[in-house]
Amino acid sequence: MTIIILLILISLSIALIFLGIFYWSMRSGQYDDTYTPSVRMLFEDKIKKKENRDDSQKREIAK
Amino acid sequence: MEASVQTEILCFHCGEHCDDAQWLEEKAFCCYGCKTVYEILSSNDLCEYYDLEKNPGTQLQFVQEDAYSFLDEAEIRKKVLTFDSSTFSRVNFYVPAIHCVSCIWLLENLQKINPAILRAEVNFALKTVTIDFKPQLVNLCSLAKLIASLGYAPSINLDSDDKPVSGKTDTSLILKLAIAGFCFGNVMLFSFPEYLGLEKTDDQLGNIFSLLNILLSIPVFVYADADYLTSAWKSFKQRQINIDVPIAVGLVALFLRSVWDIFAGIGPGYLDSFTGLVFFLLIGRWFQNKTYESLAFDRDFKAYFPLAVLRKSGSEWKSVVVHTLVEDDQIKIRNLEIVPADCVLLSDEAFIDYSFVTGESKPVQAKKGDLIYAGGKLIGQPVLLEVQKKTSQSHLTCLWNNEAFNKSSESKYKRLIDRAARRFTWVILGLSLITALYWYFTDASQVWLIITSVLIVACPCALALTAPFTYGNMLRVFGRHKLYLKNAEIIERMAEIDAIVFDKTGTVTHGHTPEIKLQGALTHEQLIWIGHLASYSTHPLSKLIHKYAQKNGHVEVTEFKEIPGKGIQGSIMNRQIKLGSAAFTGYTGNSIEASSTVFISIDDDIRGYFKIKTSLRKNIQKLIETLGTTCVALLSGDNSSDKAEMSTVFHPSTQLLFDQDPHQKLAYIRNLQRTGKKVMMLGDGLNDAGALKQSNVGISVTDDTGIFTPACDGILQGDQINLLDKFLKLSKAATSVVRWGFVLSFMYNAIALSFAVTGHLTPLVAAILMPLSSISIVLFTTVSVNWIAQKELGTKLAHAS
Repeated sequence: MTIIILLILISLSIALIFLGIFYWSMRSGQYDDTYTPSVRMLFEDKIKKKENRDDSQKREIAK
Repeated sequence: MEASVQTEILCFHCGEHCDDAQWLEEKAFCCYGCKTVYEILSSNDLCEYYDLEKNPGTQLQFVQEDAYSFLDEAEIRKKVLTFDSSTFSRVNFYVPAIHCVSCIWLLENLQKINPAILRAEVNFALKTVTIDFKPQLVNLCSLAKLIASLGYAPSINLDSDDKPVSGKTDTSLILKLAIAGFCFGNVMLFSFPEYLGLEKTDDQLGNIFSLLNILLSIPVFVYADADYLTSAWKSFKQRQINIDVPIAVGLVALFLRSVWDIFAGIGPGYLDSFTGLVFFLLIGRWFQNKTYESLAFDRDFKAYFPLAVLRKSGSEWKSVVVHTLVEDDQIKIRNLEIVPADCVLLSDEAFIDYSFVTGESKPVQAKKGDLIYAGGKLIGQPVLLEVQKKTSQSHLTCLWNNEAFNKSSESKYKRLIDRAARRFTWVILGLSLITALYWYFTDASQVWLIITSVLIVACPCALALTAPFTYGNMLRVFGRHKLYLKNAEIIERMAEIDAIVFDKTGTVTHGHTPEIKLQGALTHEQLIWIGHLASYSTHPLSKLIHKYAQKNGHVEVTEFKEIPGKGIQGSIMNRQIKLGSAAFTGYTGNSIEASSTVFISIDDDIRGYFKIKTSLRKNIQKLIETLGTTCVALLSGDNSSDKAEMSTVFHPSTQLLFDQDPHQKLAYIRNLQRTGKKVMMLGDGLNDAGALKQSNVGISVTDDTGIFTPACDGILQGDQINLLDKFLKLSKAATSVVRWGFVLSFMYNAIALSFAVTGHLTPLVAAILMPLSSISIVLFTTVSVNWIAQKELGTKLAHAS
């Protein structure tokens, strides 16, 4: 039955590690701004536009 | 006849009307600034800016060449930069112009414009942009100039940060919540064997579990519930008892008793209830904060001071509401108008009365270049000012609420609540003691759990919340309909009003469609003088005269003086000009009938007079009819020429008194109050400041001036005056909502306590009920106020449009 004590200690330490990680993530400030990332991810990448330009240039040369 | 379609040309960049459009690539721009921004964006292939939002730009304020050169000084650089090395620097700018998705997009694509910028990140809620750049390639000053030239001028505040730091407090609450939750879960886990029945042989295991429980409960006791304990301790030090005391007592009692039980071997303690209690209390508090935030009645965003000021736009003066002022705006302030924001004096000199701010009524002389503080009242000649800081509604409201302007009668309900809250806590402590004794003799094992339930479930917070939330919401409703009250107590006083007194000029009548006739011989030049002199005053009659004599020309006026109730005078080209009442100008002839008369005298020689007939405000007839006998009197500083017309408007029992000077108006109100009436006075704040102060509720009615007298209790926009009876009805409704809120919270407490005292409530359920009660009260008051407002005013809006 004493094995239970060992198991308890191990599980408690793992849980404490997770608590520490949570604490660290709060402190890192990633939750300070919850609005801007939601807007930011909807912006289009520039690469698309460049491709369009290259395409349109190619078309002009082909003409 | 050809009908032509008027199309308004709007600027492609900022959406403002283009008086003199500048064209580029078939797009119209209102000014050189907007066109320049477009050129910068277009040449850097950033035109997606315009795709994300329509007309996302703001009209550029002119940025001087050296506006940001101070940023390159070493001292200031250190303060502004968050990180600095020779190859990498990071700066955090506060940019108040950030307002939409396009702004975020543009600012985060800054690296396309200047390759020395590595990246930029916007925090929309705080309106800041953090820019990483290479300091050896670009200096801070050019960076600031770059974003300013795009229309996003950074606001650099070196002493204190004026941006709200809301994130910090929330984090600590969430951390406490996390720890409480973690420990609660684990304590429950280790308490399971106890629930399921440990045998005596496993004593050792039992002890180990109990020890683990104590270890897990310590961070909860020390850190997670620290707020409650420190609050109770602070109030103890001040020999008082506040709301948190019963909760703190309950928590401490539970924890200590459990620890004692475990060490003395009596039992397993109640640590599972303890940690669970703290966990649910914190959840309740977090939930409350969220609810309050979303129901918050922040007046800065919903209700504005209906004060207007003349602002220079282009080469004209336009009347704008004070909250739209921004830095570097040029404004003109006239006699008796209030300075709405901190400004720098552009004219040569000015006399400012700071009685609103400091209490000192002796005017302070300011010279060109001096800083003039918000709240000062201008005496004398109009001056030009340049705005330094945006108008702070909260600052002006704070000044207004200064002790010096408070009327002697205090809020009835506030006193009631304070007394009730204090007695309540003592009653709860007493009750828990009695319960403890009773249960000690009946069934000692239950004692600790029961007293904790009793201490936790009783919530006086509902009492304390009803009044602020009801009145706060009502203030917001009023604000939306252009009645801006000084504070919530006014609503209580408004509910008791049974007599209303009106001022005539500017309140009942207004100058929207006046009839002005000039009798007398005046040369063209003299008319210009008079018009100019009249423009210095904000009296409704002066404004009409100025409009009538509207002729351009620069005239020097010296020794300008305005005497309330009498007239204005000034010296032009060494001639003394007076405009005003018969007595003031020395007119001794017969009185002129059927209109307001303003006499003109040049060098004490009567030259003529203006006959001004102002019209009644729209819908005021209906309002007066609805008010009926509540409307007790009309006090006017004018002569009795309008008597006949006024008699048809007002109820026959209403007293119509004319030729009243400010003292007589005050005396009338005082006499009325002596007969036991609660009086509300509506005036324009010019020559009835004393009467407004004397009355129980004094409302100043404004149209588009910056006249403000701190003696009044509220400002009402002139075109909303016909809603007065609805406002009174709403105040009465608000007080009844408060009363119902009290009744509800008492009922809740009575029922919950009876359950707790008889042992039917566990501490955990009590912890859940507590925030639920305060939230339900808050929701009840908010919903009631909004529903009543919708019923009274909602449909009105639909008809008016």
